[in-house]
Amino acid sequence: MNKPLENRPQSSRPVIDAGGDDARREFLRNFLAGTATATVLMVFGPGVAALAQGGSDSAPAGASGKAAPKHQFAYVINVNNCIGCGNCVRACKRENQVPSAVFRTWVERYVVTGEGMYVESPNGALEGFSQVNAGIREKATKSFTVPKMCNHCENPPCVQVCPVGATFKTKEGFVLVDPEHCLGCAYCVQACPYGARFINPVTHKSDKCTWCYHRVKNGKLPACVTVCPNKARLFGDLNDPESEVTQIFKDEAWMVLKPGMHTDPTCFYVGMPREVV
Amino acid sequence: MELPGDALLNYVFPNNVHVAWSVMIVIYPYITGLIAGAFVVSGLSHVFKVKEFEPIANFALIAAFCFGLFAATPLLVHLGQPQRALEIYFTPHLTSAMSIFGYVYSGYLLLLMIEIWLIYREYFVRKAGEDTGVMKLIWTVLTLGVTTYHPDSAKLDRKLAVILAGIGIPWAFILHGYVGFVFGSVKAIAWWATPLQPVIFLLSAIVSGMAIVLVMYSFIKWRRGERLDQPMVKKFSAFLWGIFILDVTMELLEVAFAAYEKGWHWSQIKPLLLGPLFETYVIGQLLVLSVVPFVILGYVVLSGVKGRLMLILANVAASFLLLQVLFMRFNVVVGGQLISKSERGFVEFHWEPFSKEGPLTAIVLFSAPFVAYYIISRFIPILGHDDDSSVAR
Repeated sequence: MNKPLENRPQSSRPVIDAGGDDARREFLRNFLAGTATATVLMVFGPGVAALAQGGSDSAPAGASGKAAPKHQFAYVINVNNCIGCGNCVRACKRENQVPSAVFRTWVERYVVTGEGMYVESPNGALEGFSQVNAGIREKATKSFTVPKMCNHCENPPCVQVCPVGATFKTKEGFVLVDPEHCLGCAYCVQACPYGARFINPVTHKSDKCTWCYHRVKNGKLPACVTVCPNKARLFGDLNDPESEVTQIFKDEAWMVLKPGMHTDPTCFYVGMPREVV
Repeated sequence: MELPGDALLNYVFPNNVHVAWSVMIVIYPYITGLIAGAFVVSGLSHVFKVKEFEPIANFALIAAFCFGLFAATPLLVHLGQPQRALEIYFTPHLTSAMSIFGYVYSGYLLLLMIEIWLIYREYFVRKAGEDTGVMKLIWTVLTLGVTTYHPDSAKLDRKLAVILAGIGIPWAFILHGYVGFVFGSVKAIAWWATPLQPVIFLLSAIVSGMAIVLVMYSFIKWRRGERLDQPMVKKFSAFLWGIFILDVTMELLEVAFAAYEKGWHWSQIKPLLLGPLFETYVIGQLLVLSVVPFVILGYVVLSGVKGRLMLILANVAASFLLLQVLFMRFNVVVGGQLISKSERGFVEFHWEPFSKEGPLTAIVLFSAPFVAYYIISRFIPILGHDDDSSVAR
């Protein structure tokens, strides 16, 4: 039987180990390795960096010789269940004090017609959606709503391009921004194929969904998951065979956004129509 | 306006409403390019012994230095946390294409300073001996304590300067090819993501750097009421024409390749070029600012035109090329971001003239190198002053 993460016993609450500062401590060693090394790293990416350092946060235990992380979190969005109410967007705004006009999560409405596609997300669907106008409604062949957010990729381009390592991926799968080191250069905003990142107009630093890291580390679910009335948003630990997200992979066909970008998202979509970008 | 992705409504992701890299990031590669291009002019004289460029070699070097002084300032203005700018030196994240910018840029500036010092060292030594008071102190500091000068020193200085110029040319290429790499390696933005981007940035850098050297040289000579070096301008025009042809070839190749391939890139780029970038790219960058200087320079190089007309034509073409490269920077930097990652709409760009990163700031920052040049030229002979016999060439 599936058990929501919140109902699990206290002892099994996740303990988060953010490994982002490791990269910063490696600076002196990396710097001494010289420009040639830098070029190799730039071109061949973190995989080579990991090999050079004898392992990686995300490498399988067998490859690096290190133990696999205790938790491996994933997020599942079931498009079939989304009703476009905008509860998740409002909860995220409140929970994370997200300023107006920028969004850690948003919901899109697709209306497919024979002539083309109407896609919209008025104010990120903060107030949900108003009725589609009659003209479009008559032509519509199908309509659905799709929640969007940071995909917490396994191979995150935002982490690769951050010039000072202020954004990083933890062993448990969170892609986070260290506000103490972010320069606000916005290179990560450019590199993200999903439009999930923005420069916070209040802090002038890069900002994005954290899967409510502060809640999860205290054994709670992300705010958006908690408020979803129809289980369109699920979050859990792939290492836990009982978690809802693990169960999904047994039965359902899943997809990720923009697979051609090869970012390997850990935000999985169930029932996603092909029109979704 | 044709929209990508079968869209009937312009849809941009909610976080894509604003262009994150705007005018500051347009003039950053522009100024950086001017350094690389101007340095190539001095390198052609110092290393490749193009004798026609000898009279302007030091001038081009000082111009490169002046642009170099301010190349990073647009980045500083752009940063959300400018007080952390130096962290790029102290904690570089080496998988980032941007992380070694600080080292590449600073190393290049240092190289420029050493080369300039070697060339002007004899002049500093002489002035330290001649002047009195504060100026004597300044000149003595500039000699770095080496206040004697022998013929052997001159020989060694020249040799070292040539070696530095030899290192500086590939370094200039790396500096600007690298700027292109910062853009070309972003796979999420179709208009940026091409391996040709570093080559295009480099060639356009040389074009703009050469063009600014020619325009500055002509302006200074005109202001002084001196004659312009016609054989030099003619030769200069030939180099400029040739490199510009290479530059435009690469720019067109990028688009032609995407158009012929008809893949994902073209599905995004075609509506961009025919829509939001039609005026600035198709009409501006290509039809006006490329065709006109190409024809004019072709005429200057291939015909027997000379005298005042030749000088005017060469400068008109160079001015067009300066604008061509500025438009190219805008079309790449801003243009790429106009394609929303929703792949179903275009972002609207707002100029915001008085904002922190707006055109007014850009004008101020872009003026700074010229002010720096003016100040430096008050103290050292750069372009054919009477007392420049102690300046190496």
